[in-house]
Order: sequence, then C-alpha cells, then structure tokens
Amino acid sequence: MRAGILAASAVATGVAYRKLNPVARGEVKTARLEGVISAPAATNAATGFRVDEPETSFENITHYNNFYEFSTDKEGVAAAAADFDTKGWQVSVEGLVNQPKVFGLDDLLKISPPEERIYRMRCVEGWSMVIPWAGFSLSKLLGVVEPTGEAKFVAFETLLDPRRMPGQRSDVLNWPYVEGLRMDEAMHPLTILASGLYGRALPPQDGAPIRLVIPWKYGFKGIKSIVKIKLVAEQPRTSWSEYAPNEYGFYANVNPHVDHPRWSQATEQRIGESGRRPTLMFNGYEEQVGHLYAGMDLRKDF
Amino acid sequence: MKENDIRFIKLLILVNGLVPLALLVWDQAHKQLGANPQNFLILTTGMMTLIFLVLTMAVTPLRKITRWNWLIQFRRMLGLYAFFYGCLHFLCFFSLDRGFSISSTLTEMVKRKYLIVGSTALIVMIPLAITSTNAMIKRLGGKRWRALHRLAYVAAIAGVIHYYMQVKADTRQPLVFAAVLAVLLGWRLVQYWQRPKSAPTAAINQK
Repeated sequence: MRAGILAASAVATGVAYRKLNPVARGEVKTARLEGVISAPAATNAATGFRVDEPETSFENITHYNNFYEFSTDKEGVAAAAADFDTKGWQVSVEGLVNQPKVFGLDDLLKISPPEERIYRMRCVEGWSMVIPWAGFSLSKLLGVVEPTGEAKFVAFETLLDPRRMPGQRSDVLNWPYVEGLRMDEAMHPLTILASGLYGRALPPQDGAPIRLVIPWKYGFKGIKSIVKIKLVAEQPRTSWSEYAPNEYGFYANVNPHVDHPRWSQATEQRIGESGRRPTLMFNGYEEQVGHLYAGMDLRKDF
Repeated sequence: MKENDIRFIKLLILVNGLVPLALLVWDQAHKQLGANPQNFLILTTGMMTLIFLVLTMAVTPLRKITRWNWLIQFRRMLGLYAFFYGCLHFLCFFSLDRGFSISSTLTEMVKRKYLIVGSTALIVMIPLAITSTNAMIKRLGGKRWRALHRLAYVAAIAGVIHYYMQVKADTRQPLVFAAVLAVLLGWRLVQYWQRPKSAPTAAINQK
C-alpha cells in the first residue's frame, strides 16, 4: 500500500515536471527554396558572407527563438508559431523615397535571387549560433525605391495582429516591434533581408516570411515578420532600447568590451558546444564594418 | 499522527524531492535538455531552490491554520532541499557558465547586482543547514536557534529578487513567486501584530 503511494506520488511529480519541461519538438514543414546561390568561396574571407565555423543544427535554430510576438519562452515559440499564416503578405516601403511601393511577397523576393549567407548570430543574452540564411542585401531593395537625399535612417516594423501573434495580447513590449538602422548600415552588403534558412523557406518561429539579418549586431536588431520599411530623416525609436534605454542601445553592435549592465558580454554560449567562446568585436565582422563606426565612442553609443 | 506515518511522509518528501534531479540527469544523459542545456540546468536548479524555499515558508502558516502540528516535522527536510538545489544551482553556474574559473566566478559575483543578491541568499542558508541537526538545536537553545533561522526569510526574499533581476522582460514568473512569498510573510506579520500584548513570546512559543 505504502509502496504504491510512494510510487504514485513520484510518478505524479515526474509528470508535473514533464508538463512544465516538455522534451518533444514539433516538426518544421517549410518548402524547399529554389535557386539559392552560393557565393564563390574565394571571396568569403573578405566579404564575410560565409563564416568558416560549424553550422548550428536546423533543429536548434528552429526551436530556440526569441520572438515575443509568440512566446517569451525561447523553447515555446516554435509550437506557438506553428500555424502562423503568411498568405497574402505585403511589405510597404515608404517614407523619403522616390518610388514608394507596397510589395506583395513574391514581388519583393523577385528583386534579387536568394543568396546563401552563413552568418554568426549573437544574442544579447549571451548565446550564439551559426545560421545558413537565404536572402539578399537590403541595399538592393533600397535601390528599387530610391531613397531621397533627406533619408538618413531606415525604420522597420513587424506585423501587429494579436489574433495571429498571441504574444501581442500581453503588454510585455510596446507592440508592434520596431527596429532601425542608420543609412550606411542599411546599405552595407552584409545586411540582408532573409526569406529562408538551410535552403528552406523561413519557418514562422524564425521570422517568416521575411526578416532582417545584421550579423555584426545583437540578434534583437534582426526584426522579424516585416510589414513596413520606412525611410526617415531622424533616428527612429527601437523596441528594446525603448523598453530599457540603459540596457539596449540603438546601435547594439556586438562588443565584448561593453557589458550589458546586468551581465558580461565577453563570452558566449555557442549553441551545440559545451564550453563558452570568447565574443568577437562586431561579432567577427570588424574588418567589414569597423569603418562605419570610426570616431564613435562605442561605450556611449552602445 | 503516528511516528511510523511521519517517517513515511518524510520518505515521500525525500523521494519526490529527488524526482526533478533524476529527470534532469536523465534528460542530460539523453541530450534532451533543449538547445541550451547549460542555461536550462542553471535555470531549473534555481527554480527548484525557490520552490523549496516557498514550501519551507508555507509550513508554519499551514500548521497554524489547520492545527496539524505534525507538519512542523517536515520543515527541516524542505529547507535542506532548498539548500541542496541552491548548491547545485551555484555549481552549475560555476562549471557551465564560468568554466570552473574561480577568479571569473568571484569577479562576476561582486560585479553583478543580481549575483550579489543571489549569493546572499545562498550564503545565509549555510548556517541554517549546519544548525539543522537536533544536536545543534539543543546546543544553541530554542530561542537562539529560532532567531538564527529567521535568516530563512532573508534567503527567500533575496532568492526571489535575484530571479526577478535577471529576467529580460517577462517578469510574470518571478512575480508569482513574489506574490506567494508576500502572502506567506504577510501572514506572519499579521500574527505578530495580533499577538497577546501581555505575553509577547507566546505566539512564537506555542506548540
């Protein structure tokens, strides 16, 4: 009798623990992307287009996501975003441009064929991945809409739809999520609009159908599920720096010498590895982007 | 409640308290702790510490309200479990986050406010664990032992603040812990104010 109670209680505790910490991961069903171009290997060291480090598994890239529109639990985003429908997606490119346009997703993707870019991704929380994206340089889109001389910054906005993005029903951040780049950052060839990873269309949890990737900045700059891109004259407001201005700056360049006020940024946990790696200046892209910040005090403009 | 039953319930607590640890070890062995197992181990052991601290704090109010005085016999075990998971939490941080580097562990611990608060919680639990034996209770005497063990309040409050300070934006979980703790500590305050004025120690001494 007592042995029975003991066993039953232990099982009940185990089940409760399992409910809180599930191990099962759902499948990701996204279409294969056609015609992804790989950059010639010889140019990679100079351009930074393909980092020579082991790629993080597709499994981990698609099941460890910061995407508060769906869940604040990184391991819970995949399930919460699984049914996210992107049919009829449009992206409005507007503001200080000569040719403003509302693009249907297909039109937008036709601007340039997807290129494979293997980038490091460093999260401000102190973990990192290596992700084989598919996308093209944002500069190509900007070339189509022709920014005017007054355009100094680019502002981005995520979809606002609490019915499809359940995380937006809580006020943990001020929705919609907004991000921004200085014009020269936006025009840099490393800055891409990504529509895929691992040769497949972007899964919802990674920012479907189209997102920004800026490999030398902390991950939160890479705004997901973009519906609006606006060229502006003044530095736009950005979600995380608005939430905690002393912790997250507008630039958010990866920098091992400037700690987050609450934790060190000197090292990072590369997902899939056991020990921690030293974090590299500009996430290892200093050669490519260092000149953009010449003369700036990166402690002040963090 | 019979001695025999008490012993059985203690066994129940002992076994159930080990279940989360067993599952952590199992999941680690089967590589199913998720994408960031280091972080998961640190977070989960910390969470278990808070859960056991709250359970420890719940014993006295529950005992007074239900008049089930035998509940007090399980408090020590719950408190020791809190300390046990707190030590595991620290060891996970020391090994997985700081790579066994004593110097970097110490620098981080004094540099980061949330770590100062967290270390405080763990450090004040050390004397409580040491003086948890019957022999130590006798040696200290009930009054002094009880005064010392009020440090458990410090540990619980600091533990919850430590959790609150390190979350990025979604503070709902630490706030739940804070709310439960506030009820448990608030109950004590009310008891303290309502104690009979003529016999100030009665509320504490009654069995």
